[in-house]
Amino acid sequence: MVENSPRDNPVADVTSISCKSEVRDLSFYYGAFNALKNINMRLHEKQVTALIGPSGCGKSTFLRCFNRMHDLYPGNRYVGEIILHPDNVNILSRNVDPIEVRMRVSMVFQKPNPFPKSIYENVAYGLRVRGVRQRAVLDEKVEQALRDAALWDEVKDRLNQLAYNLSGGQQQRLCIARALATDPEILLFDEPTSALDPIATASIEELIADLKDKVTILIVTHNMQQAARVSDYTAYMYLGEVIEFDVTDTIFIKPKNKQTEDYITGRFG
Amino acid sequence: MTVQPPTDTNSPGKLGYSYSRHVGERFIEATLFLMAFVSVAITLAIVVMLVKESVVFFEHVSLWDFLTDTQWTPLFDDAHYGILPLISGTVVSSAVALSVAIPMGTITAIYLSEFAPFAVREVAKPFLELLGGVPTVVYGYFALLFVTPLLQKIFPQLPGFSLLSAGLVMGIMIIPYVSSMAEDAMRAVPMHLREGSYAMGATRLQTAIRVVMPAAFSGIAAAYILGISRAVGETMVVAVAAGMQPNLTWNPMEPAATITAYIVQVSLGDLPHGSIGYQTIFAAGLTLLLLTLIFNIIGHMLRKRYREIY
Repeated sequence: MVENSPRDNPVADVTSISCKSEVRDLSFYYGAFNALKNINMRLHEKQVTALIGPSGCGKSTFLRCFNRMHDLYPGNRYVGEIILHPDNVNILSRNVDPIEVRMRVSMVFQKPNPFPKSIYENVAYGLRVRGVRQRAVLDEKVEQALRDAALWDEVKDRLNQLAYNLSGGQQQRLCIARALATDPEILLFDEPTSALDPIATASIEELIADLKDKVTILIVTHNMQQAARVSDYTAYMYLGEVIEFDVTDTIFIKPKNKQTEDYITGRFG
Repeated sequence: MTVQPPTDTNSPGKLGYSYSRHVGERFIEATLFLMAFVSVAITLAIVVMLVKESVVFFEHVSLWDFLTDTQWTPLFDDAHYGILPLISGTVVSSAVALSVAIPMGTITAIYLSEFAPFAVREVAKPFLELLGGVPTVVYGYFALLFVTPLLQKIFPQLPGFSLLSAGLVMGIMIIPYVSSMAEDAMRAVPMHLREGSYAMGATRLQTAIRVVMPAAFSGIAAAYILGISRAVGETMVVAVAAGMQPNLTWNPMEPAATITAYIVQVSLGDLPHGSIGYQTIFAAGLTLLLLTLIFNIIGHMLRKRYREIY
């Protein structure tokens, strides 16, 4: 029997969970620089997938392919496909409007970036840009999103205050509420706790675990313990390649690849 | 032979007080203070001079007459000293100018900051700044000899001098001031705010209007206030193209004089020093100073209220 090495087929195979998104032979170029090399992996529906690896390995670059953020800057080029299910559509295709993609794939950034608006308007933003005007709909969605982001009780009496009056951790939960308000199918987290203190970090991690029931999550993190705590699947990336992708426990307890093991055990990175 | 005891003047452990160093520092400090003080002193001197000369004026003319009389004819035998006609001219020409400069300047700033490709911005910005470098007297003649005849084709009853023509050209002149400052404010908005907006599925225009402009509000407000101050204080365009007859009107289609145009007119004339007619320009100047001061205070308050907090 020849076992497929995970390098050749880096797809964690769990048949009971359906596949939300499939990455096929994805490469990405910043001008001439090849930042991602031939990536193949899957996002499992309503599971948390973590991307780990040393700085500059392409984790964030990979994450930002899922909502076509690279389209904002000139000279960037995607090769390959990211298939979004159930539509079975390649979201990197030129025929797909990046705005349509972002309507279904939301993102939370490294640094909390609330808009210079009230708490309410921050959460309602995604709905407003989609043309929603009915106050009743907005009220309901805003409340639901703030509840889902575990922020409602803290802000319900001051929804009209400027979002900058919130603490850093609250601002980040507000950004999560903003991302949730539009009922996304995939939620991208780009190192969401790197600007936060340990207590705020714990509350965000708890939140991510809760959100799993509603949405498929892809999270980039520098912090390996965080990946181990919050994720179901983990991909270890190095120099633009996915070196190993598997169930989180496997990656952290008995990684198949020597490079992954060296990184996990702190001998490298 | 006796061994000299070592002199300790240069020994490293000695802590002392260097008078020469201290004096040098104090001298530099005093020089810097003087330089900074000069500009403050000049401003104060201008205010003192205006107030002092205006006091002489108000000994002859009551403040009540100055503020309520509807005629400004200080050089006539039947002299009236009502500032209202000059204020109306100033307000109307400025309003016309700002109705051009604020929308155009804002749109230009949004385009340059949020839409223009790098190459376009690099070419367009110097051209805009060139527009701000044209001498204002050239704009005056542009208004009088080009814009007025053009407007007369649309409005045949338009006189040869009008606030409309002067105001429109003044507005074009002010566009670069407004757009350049507003663009700087908008470009200073950090990229992560824009990315947040795009990530929510917003278009470029939605991002520019709903996120970037509110974030840059204090800078944009400052740009508008600068535009207003320029319009109120502008002299040559109105002196050349708006006519120099004080005229209490709110109709831009009429000729009128602004405060600045009147001051030019009197300064050029051969009125005897110390005469009441001569003294009027100080009262007019003081009014102008107060007007611009009010706008600056409003601008300052707006900036404090909506300071950049991204």
